[in-house]
Amino acid sequence: MIRIGIIGLGKMGISHCAILGAHPDVNLVAVCDSSSFVIDAFKKHTRFQCFTDYRKMITEMGLHAIVIASPTKFHTEMVHFALDNSLHVFCEKPFVLKAEDAEILAEKAEKKKLVNQVGYHNRFLGTFNEVKILLQMNALGELYHFNGESYGPVVLREKGNTWRSQKGQGGGCLYDYASHTIDLIHFLLDKPKDVSGTQLKHIFSNDVEDAVYSSITLQNGLSGQLSVNWSDETHRKMNTQITILGKKGKIIADATEVKIFLKESNELLGLSKGWTVKYLTELTANVDYYLRGEEYSAQIDHFIKCIKHSETNNKSSFRSASYTDQLISKLITDSK
Amino acid sequence: MERVLFGDNQFFGVNHSSDEKARAQTMRFQQDDAIMAVLDSAIEEGINTFMCTTHDRVGEICNRIRGNEKYKDFKVYPCMPYAHKYANAVTELGYLGTIKQFVPGNIFSTFAKGGLAFMKKDFSELAKLMIDAEMKMFHGVNTPVIWVQNVITDLLLGLGMTDFLVTFYKHIKEKYHAEPGFITMNLPLLLDTLEKAGIENPTVCASINKIGFRMSGGIKKYEEVIAQKRCRLVAMQVLAAGALAPKEAFEYVCSLDGVESILFGASSRSNIHQSKSIIDRCSILVHG
Repeated sequence: MIRIGIIGLGKMGISHCAILGAHPDVNLVAVCDSSSFVIDAFKKHTRFQCFTDYRKMITEMGLHAIVIASPTKFHTEMVHFALDNSLHVFCEKPFVLKAEDAEILAEKAEKKKLVNQVGYHNRFLGTFNEVKILLQMNALGELYHFNGESYGPVVLREKGNTWRSQKGQGGGCLYDYASHTIDLIHFLLDKPKDVSGTQLKHIFSNDVEDAVYSSITLQNGLSGQLSVNWSDETHRKMNTQITILGKKGKIIADATEVKIFLKESNELLGLSKGWTVKYLTELTANVDYYLRGEEYSAQIDHFIKCIKHSETNNKSSFRSASYTDQLISKLITDSK
Repeated sequence: MERVLFGDNQFFGVNHSSDEKARAQTMRFQQDDAIMAVLDSAIEEGINTFMCTTHDRVGEICNRIRGNEKYKDFKVYPCMPYAHKYANAVTELGYLGTIKQFVPGNIFSTFAKGGLAFMKKDFSELAKLMIDAEMKMFHGVNTPVIWVQNVITDLLLGLGMTDFLVTFYKHIKEKYHAEPGFITMNLPLLLDTLEKAGIENPTVCASINKIGFRMSGGIKKYEEVIAQKRCRLVAMQVLAAGALAPKEAFEYVCSLDGVESILFGASSRSNIHQSKSIIDRCSILVHG
């Protein structure tokens, strides 16, 4: 059994807590949160040891691994402390606020051969993995453009005051929403390299942006657009979609379906000429415990498997997340 | 419970296989009249139970049903909470802000019920107040079964916070004199947990379909548990988000002795008619 603790019991922390709590290979022993209201609820109603000081939890509980789901501005110091104590680390996204810290942490984890993962769950979705396979099989031929979009209804009024609405804490649409879109572009196409024409728009928030629009160029030369808005109430929940255009056709994919258009049929891939639609139901493997999308259980399962099999080749490593952090810095600079 | 229950996903842009279809449905059902017309069709087809989330718009539907002679035999099964309402509020306002917004009265005043519970950190009492807030819109409507949504049931299961499942169960029985129901994506785990907490033969709604979609732990395990008849079971996601054709889908679920009711949603009279008649036919074949 792998002994695990969690830092941060916000929305993501609680979700990880439930998934780990139900995992057959995990012994979730401790949780930590700075809010006495939340920690008292856990003290009263769960079996976990409860802490308000994460250092104390790590030093006292003899953990093998830690899940960090605190506000982003605390990630750097917490990840450092966890690695110093030889813990495998799963850290929520976005990884860190300063891109240079991301590289230092990636190097440190790699040197110590500790499993390191960042919570970019789109990498574990059946639909996006199908797109990755199709691209690897060159289904679209030479690519010439992409469009990465995320929309959702988070900030719909001029109010609200949490760390997500404060500048410099890792809140805002750029850190919270666009990081997912950027990571998905990286996962499917290549590392993002340059940006231009960036617009960070304030719609309802004073201190942070509510929408991000930019042009992105990848390391392989492919360019495309990023369009993200968390003040869009025409979506019931966060919706991330990627459109990829190539000389042989086009793919449009989101969490629920992959739509493929081919100019000519592809017998190797069993795809006919014109449109083919593949659904999540045929692309998703069952999980042992379901909370809110197979991908959330699958990413934790991957983390646990990496620990069990001493496998440090992680599907969403610190190293890969560092490219998203770098691009976020570039978007901020470019928007000024 | 009746054999066939009518669901509401189609009305509120929930579609598990296509966000695009979901948006098209949102557009089609923008006006309450459009929803009422489909409910009327369901009633004409012999379906008298509407199982729906506590979405703001359901309040409007309740206003139409309440006291209306036409709907005197019509039952509503509320499913709480409408989770995205809370999830978005937590992102925007934090936990305290969310509680402040959804618990009635001033939570920082000990003169208010909510305030007292908040100060004393009486989480079960807070949960009851939030249940009452969700139930407000159903006042004067016949709600014989009241459900907790899978995201909450399954979250509490994973956290091991069984206390709150019991709080819900008792509160629904005591205050609303209704049958508490649990929606889940983890049927085997839920039954084990509830039985350990002393809740026998609970009313449960779970994803059950021929291809094993959203049946955590696998279809084999589910079939075993269903055959044990340890709960009053409603099957949902029978069509596996549209991956299965209606005939094949309903034949499978009707063949499972241990499934009491079947939940499905549809937007047109012809689809309602088709599904209802397949279920009726298969049910007679299997159960006589």
